[in-house]
Parts: sequence; structure tokens; C-alpha cells
Amino acid sequence: MTTTATSPAEAGEGRAVGKKTPGAARGKSRRPGRIRRIGLPYLLLLPALVLELLVHLIPMVMGIVMSFRELTQFYIRDWGSAPWSGFDNFKIAVDFDAPVGQALLHSFFVTVLFTVLSVGLCWAIGTAAAIYMQETFKGRGILRALFLIPYALPVYAAVITWVFMFQHDNGLVNHVLHDQLGVTDKPSFWLIGDNSFYALLTVSVWKGWPFAFLIVMAGLQNIPKEMYEAAALDGAGLWQQLRRITLPSLRPVNQVLVLVLFLWTFNDFNTPYVMFGKAAPKAADLISVHIYQSSFVTWNFGTGSAMSVLLLLFLLVVTGVYLALTSRGRKTADV
Amino acid sequence: MSDTTVRHRSPMAAPRSFVWSRRIFLTLLAGFVLLPVFVMVSSSLKPLQDVQGEFRWIPSGLTIRPYVDIWSTVPLAKYFTNSVIVAGAATVCSVIIAVFAAYAVSRYRFRGKRVFTVTVLSTQMLPGILFLLPLFLIYVNIGNATGIALFGSRGGLILTYMTFTLPFSIWMLIGYFESVPRDLDEAALVDGCGPLGALFRIIVPAAIPGIVAVAVYSFMTAWGEVLFASVMTNETTRTLSVGLGAYANLNDVYWNQIMAASLVVSVPVVAGFLLLQRYLVTGLTAGAVK
Repeated sequence: MTTTATSPAEAGEGRAVGKKTPGAARGKSRRPGRIRRIGLPYLLLLPALVLELLVHLIPMVMGIVMSFRELTQFYIRDWGSAPWSGFDNFKIAVDFDAPVGQALLHSFFVTVLFTVLSVGLCWAIGTAAAIYMQETFKGRGILRALFLIPYALPVYAAVITWVFMFQHDNGLVNHVLHDQLGVTDKPSFWLIGDNSFYALLTVSVWKGWPFAFLIVMAGLQNIPKEMYEAAALDGAGLWQQLRRITLPSLRPVNQVLVLVLFLWTFNDFNTPYVMFGKAAPKAADLISVHIYQSSFVTWNFGTGSAMSVLLLLFLLVVTGVYLALTSRGRKTADV
Repeated sequence: MSDTTVRHRSPMAAPRSFVWSRRIFLTLLAGFVLLPVFVMVSSSLKPLQDVQGEFRWIPSGLTIRPYVDIWSTVPLAKYFTNSVIVAGAATVCSVIIAVFAAYAVSRYRFRGKRVFTVTVLSTQMLPGILFLLPLFLIYVNIGNATGIALFGSRGGLILTYMTFTLPFSIWMLIGYFESVPRDLDEAALVDGCGPLGALFRIIVPAAIPGIVAVAVYSFMTAWGEVLFASVMTNETTRTLSVGLGAYANLNDVYWNQIMAASLVVSVPVVAGFLLLQRYLVTGLTAGAVK
């Protein structure tokens, strides 16, 4: 019990030591115990390993291989016979003077802007709500359950509702903005054209902030109350307590949270797909849907794979740089 | 919900300005969160002309017709059954496999442990679109070679979903298992329980909240996934996530029925989640926030 209360790194050591004692205490011969002890963990991991291999790792390697082949609809039945094409697929994907490359680059920039805004807003709203709800007040429990509804709703049900709200003629958004408040001179289109970016962002933030809220709330529970009491005795106001205690204590939580939010948002397929279908408007052409469309609508798997590999490389670089920057001088044992 | 488990901040009364800003912020936020929920519920009870014309805050009349009609406009019951089977089977399998893996990682020291945890976790960051194409081909080719229909079948989807939720489930369960005192299962081992006996008699019962949290997470993920469902199902195996889109493709869009159907498919997961959210929050504290 004492070992679990220490830091994760130390707990790892403690576990190994603790594990040895019962075997010795049992006084059985050491060799069979050793073999069992060595074999058993692998046996326990086997199902998970097989699945991870079949569904994640092998397809990933295959995806990389496919990106070097000319894999069009003619070779789907027997993809091994598709001719090798070297870096051709990549050249097509990054030829920014040609339409395919241009569209990919555009989609990439849209996704970056969308992700930065969405993650920023989700984090800010989630953190603010968690901090406001750190102290008990009447109705806090109900409010907390209510705030988690967007997270709990199935994506398609939630997004379809938003699609209905964004309808041009019979939607709530135009009804409020145009008919009731008179902000716009005529009803706007939200699901096509430039506005679709803001519509997508709204839905994404609505859907995503409760996760930030949940994680920050969990992180806040680990801040000892005594720290606030001591700070209050020293005359620190609420704002100072927030800046000097709450936010610094949340740093490790935020490090993981922002990364996870970033990866989820950047790779998000469900929201744009349910919102716009197979052909997203240019302003909201997120990269996942773009690649999906390039592959399944045109049946050009080679180029689609090359785009996926480029996306993967980008995410790896960003994650690496992010972890290096945020964990300088801190052990990232659990990331 | 569980106010007693939460450590409260300063015992002093908060200043008035803080209370007011909190009131305003949380009210606005609640409005933002509830707006679609309100639209969903109210529109699902409206007659058709209400949802085809200009939006109305207050329905001209209430009707339960949409709830009757949804079952015949598209084969919703079939989609529903498919989703229940797929999400249910994926959840059960994924939880069992994750329990074994987490037990190995939390209680044993073995070569490659760190490689395993890092690899499994890092699959979480990979874009789903990257596996979609190869997995599609793998399933098609396995089908051609062995006759086991993975592509277009529920089995293929179950296999895919259970793997998707594995990394996060294992991660969360490791956190949970670590919080179960080691002395307990070691005592069981001394008393002659096998390793599996110790796992199922001692650790699993003690970690039930974590297992519930993982099960809820797996079910929600499988219930809501769209990308793989859209490619890997056919007319007979279609799940709700794709099937619900069928309404929008009809010549006349019956928004009241779509809202009714959305509500019907949401109720099981939202109710389950809200009932069990306490476990999920503690699960995240144990697993994710270390």
C-alpha cells in the first residue's frame, strides 16, 4: 500500500521487490516458479498482442507499403500485384502546383486552424468550468452530470441535431440570428460555403469541452486543500491562488490533456463526416475526410495511403516536439 | 454527484464577484450545452409541418407520431439490433482481454513490458484513416482466402472495435489494479490460489468500479463510431451510426423523426453514462491523471 502512494517511477521499483517475496515465502522450488512467472505474463498479454498486431500494427505497416504502390481499383482484389511506384504517390500528394497537392495543402491548413481553435476553446472552457465548480455549491452535482451530456451522446445523434439547427430555412440558428435578433440581413447558409468552418468549430467545441472538464476536474481533486489554506493565510487572493497553485498544479494533467485533445481533434472524422457527408465544403475540408474521399470516392488507395503516411509523420513530429518541449526537466514516465 | 469524495477549496466564503461570475458563466455554458438537447427533445414531439417551416420554440401541438413512424421509415430496429450486438460483444471481449493484459503489466515484471505499454498507447494517436484502407483490404483478402467473412459482417466490426478500445482500457485498468493493495493478492497466492484465482477472486472484485468505467467507455466508443462502420457494413449489418444517416437521404427529410430516432439511440448510452459517470471520473483519476 505504501508503494502505491509514492511516485509512479518508485512504485515500479517497489512492485518488482514486492513480487519476489511471496515466491520465497512459499518455499517452493525456484525453477518451475520462475518459468511460470516468465511465461504467464506473455500468455496474459497474448490476446491483446494478437489483436493489436492484426488491427493496428500490420495494417499500419501495410499502409506504408501501399503508399509506395500504384494501387488503384484494378488491384484491390489482389493488392500484392499492384506495381511498385517508388515515391510517385508522395510526389502527387505534395505537388502543390497540381490540383491534388493544392487541395491537400488547403485541407491541411484548414485542419491546423480548426484544431488550434477547437483545442484552445475546449481547454479554456473545460478548465474554467472545472475551476468554477471546484467548490461545492447548490446544484453542482446536477450541473456536472448535465455538462457531461455532450460527451455521452453518440456523435452522430448530436451532430445530426446540430445539422438540423444549422438548416437554412427551418433551423434554430437562423431563426434566432435573423428572425429574432436581426443580426444578419438574410438567413445564412451554415453547412455550405465559408460559414461551414464556424459551424464545424461550434459543434466540435460543444462535443469536446466536457472531456477537458472531466480531466481537469479529476486533476483538481489531487491538489491538497492545505495548499490553499496556507496561501489564504499568507493573504493570497482567489486570483493569486489560481495563478500560483491551481494552474501550476495542473501542469502535468494539461500536458497529457492538450496532446490527447490535439490528436483527437486533428484526426476527427466522425464530426465532419456526419455534418457534411462525403464531400465537405472547402472551408471545412478536414484532412481525415479529405483522405477518405481521395481514397474511397476515387478508389485511388495508393495516393490515399501516401497522404495518410504524411499525416502520420506530421503527427509524430508534432508529438515528439511537444513532449520534448513540455517535459524538459521532468520525467515523462507515464506519457 | 459525489461531493464527499471531492476536496473542497478554501473554507472561507468566496467573494461576491466570484459567485456572480460563476453564476453567469455556468448559466451560459448550461444554455450552450442544453440547446441541442432541447431541440432534439422538442422537435421529436412536433408535427411534421412544425419542423418543415420556420423553427418554432414552442410546438403548435405535441404528437408521438414520430416515435411510431421511425421504425417503419427506415429499418431502425435492425440497425438497433446490429448496434447492440456489435457494441455489446466488442465491450465484453475488450474488457476481458484488457483485464488480462492489465494484470500482467501491473503485477509482473517481464522483458518488453515498457515496449508493450508504449506501443499499445501510441496506437491511440494514429489516424484511423491510416488503418482503414489496409484493414479493409486485409478483411477482404482473409474473406477470399478462408471464407471467413470479416468484411461486411458484424464479426469484423466487433474485432475492429474491441481493438480500438483496448489501449485506453488497458491503461485505465493498470491504474486501477495498481491501487488494489498488493498484499491482498499476494496473500491469496500464499494460500494456494493460482494467479488466475488471485486475479478473479481478489483483484477483479476490488477493481469493479474501474472495470465498469472501462466497459462504459468501450460501449460508448463502439456505439458511436462512424468511419469504420460506414465502410465495413452492408445493408444487413448496418449499425445505427450509419443507419441514422439514411433518414437524411430520403426525398423528404422528416426532421421530427430524425430527432426522435436520435433520442432513442442516445437514451441507452446517456443514461448508462450518467448512472456510471462517478466510476468513470474515478477511473480517469486512477488511470490517466498520474
